[in-house]
Amino acid sequence: MEILVDIQKKLPGFELEVNFETGMDILGLLGASGSGKSMTLRCIAGIDTPDRGRIVLNGRTLFDSQKGINLPCRKRKLGYLFQNYALFPNMTVEENIGFGIGDKKREERMAIIKEKVKMIKLEGLEKRYPNQLSGGQQQRVALARALAIEPEALLLDEPFSALDNYLRSQMVKQLTENLADYLGVTLFVTHNMDEVYSVCNKLVILSMGKIEAKGGTEEVFRSPPTLVSAQLTGCKNFSLAKYISPFEVEALDWGITLKAKNEIVKHIEFVGIRAHAIELALNEKQDNVFRCWLNFASQTPSRITTYLSIQVPTLGKDGYHIQWEITKQMWFELKDKPQPWNLRFNPDDLIIV
Amino acid sequence: MDYAPLLISLRAAIIATIVTFFLGIAAACFVSGYRGKFKGLIDGVLTLPLVLPPTVIGFLLLILFGKNGPLGKLLMSIGKTVIFSWPATVIAASVVAFPLMYRTVRSAFEQIDQNIINAARTLGVSEWKIFWRITIPLAWPGVAAGTVLAFARALGDFGATLMIGGNIPGKTLTIPAAIFFAAESGEMRKALIWVMLIFIVSLIVMTLMNYWTDYQRKMIAAAGRK
Repeated sequence: MEILVDIQKKLPGFELEVNFETGMDILGLLGASGSGKSMTLRCIAGIDTPDRGRIVLNGRTLFDSQKGINLPCRKRKLGYLFQNYALFPNMTVEENIGFGIGDKKREERMAIIKEKVKMIKLEGLEKRYPNQLSGGQQQRVALARALAIEPEALLLDEPFSALDNYLRSQMVKQLTENLADYLGVTLFVTHNMDEVYSVCNKLVILSMGKIEAKGGTEEVFRSPPTLVSAQLTGCKNFSLAKYISPFEVEALDWGITLKAKNEIVKHIEFVGIRAHAIELALNEKQDNVFRCWLNFASQTPSRITTYLSIQVPTLGKDGYHIQWEITKQMWFELKDKPQPWNLRFNPDDLIIV
Repeated sequence: MDYAPLLISLRAAIIATIVTFFLGIAAACFVSGYRGKFKGLIDGVLTLPLVLPPTVIGFLLLILFGKNGPLGKLLMSIGKTVIFSWPATVIAASVVAFPLMYRTVRSAFEQIDQNIINAARTLGVSEWKIFWRITIPLAWPGVAAGTVLAFARALGDFGATLMIGGNIPGKTLTIPAAIFFAAESGEMRKALIWVMLIFIVSLIVMTLMNYWTDYQRKMIAAAGRK
């Protein structure tokens, strides 16, 4: 089970150019909206046509511009889960699920429908119409419908973006369970790094139609190779950087010199650190400890984001060097302590690109 | 009272509605799927009968179906002539009613969420099945509305019918023409009866359609539309 994608397509504003291969893993395509990730999926499914390139699924050529092959959508045997689910509103749950397997014998078809309804835990709702279901239920029906045709690959286009936060984490868990038994290639398109991290074991990051990073999810999150990939994996603090020595980098915007754990190449542009990776220094003798002042803070129900200046007490109204995310508990312990606070930029956690 | 105009009008309107039903859907299907640069022109030509004066349509039909017209000659060769015969009332009614069917159905087609059609394609279903099981059911309120509008327009045509059908009593004299000639010769009572009749038929048909479309809309979930 493997898919090879190597396509180019001219889009308004930029040229889509992606190439990747993947096997049975769940591969995430992460990118901001308009980065070409959904278009990539549509090209694979045959809804849109690339200008050039090749798409091969399990040895079957779906598209090859040189050989003039372009299989129509219906012959590609791919399951596609649309962002808005695109259920057939004039059909019941079971009719939706059974629509793609109409050529099978009735008993066989009913057996598949029954099995899929059980899988998505919607027993008893088979006769309902899509508008009588909740968003989460609709999504499960769409998944069941896509899986009913036993697709060789499953394409998930932002499947959670229409759900509210509470439902989302539940659905992510459920989808992962449902996909555990699926033996095929799964491509998962999203702009949400949390979803990618929890669902996918491999990752491709797209920006303006180009691949910024690819590899194992953990690895790409740990050391994103480019500024854009670092941003898309959630890194919020960046400074222009200057090479000092193989293990030292000057953060120009922050006015500090940082020690790095891994050897630095000469052509670097930025140094960054994730907002939650900064830690309170145990003592001033450690590496990369700097004096930081609190400029302002904002809170969410569970966490506080503090906006700090480094080495100087203030940067004027709304100015700050870095964001530091801490728990509420830590905030209560810290907020009345005298400033500056000594904070440590762990050499392990620096992102240098 | 001679009821022939009622029968002639109903015959013309019903046959014209059936003809425009299929032609309108086919044209709507073609134009909404067409991506070429002539889309505006094609749409314009198909909509033209809606904006042209009916007498102009009648005149063009006369040229087309007349003794020396291309279609007229063709029909003549198989020994038929349509000018001033009852098929003329059907042709005139069909042409004036067609744009209403075509435009209503086309906008209904274009309102369908394209992802629903795409979803059906990824499921490996043939275009034919998609059309009858998804496109038509989802566009059904539009198709029904178009059909009724086409029927009402066909029933009410005066100018085009008069131009190529004439006003031969018992043959091509429709209700609208009967009203005109009755009023012209001062038979106001007779004219009023026809007016009431056409008024009632049109109102009943439109009202039924409204209720029926509401019912259909409820059946077809809001989820499927943009």
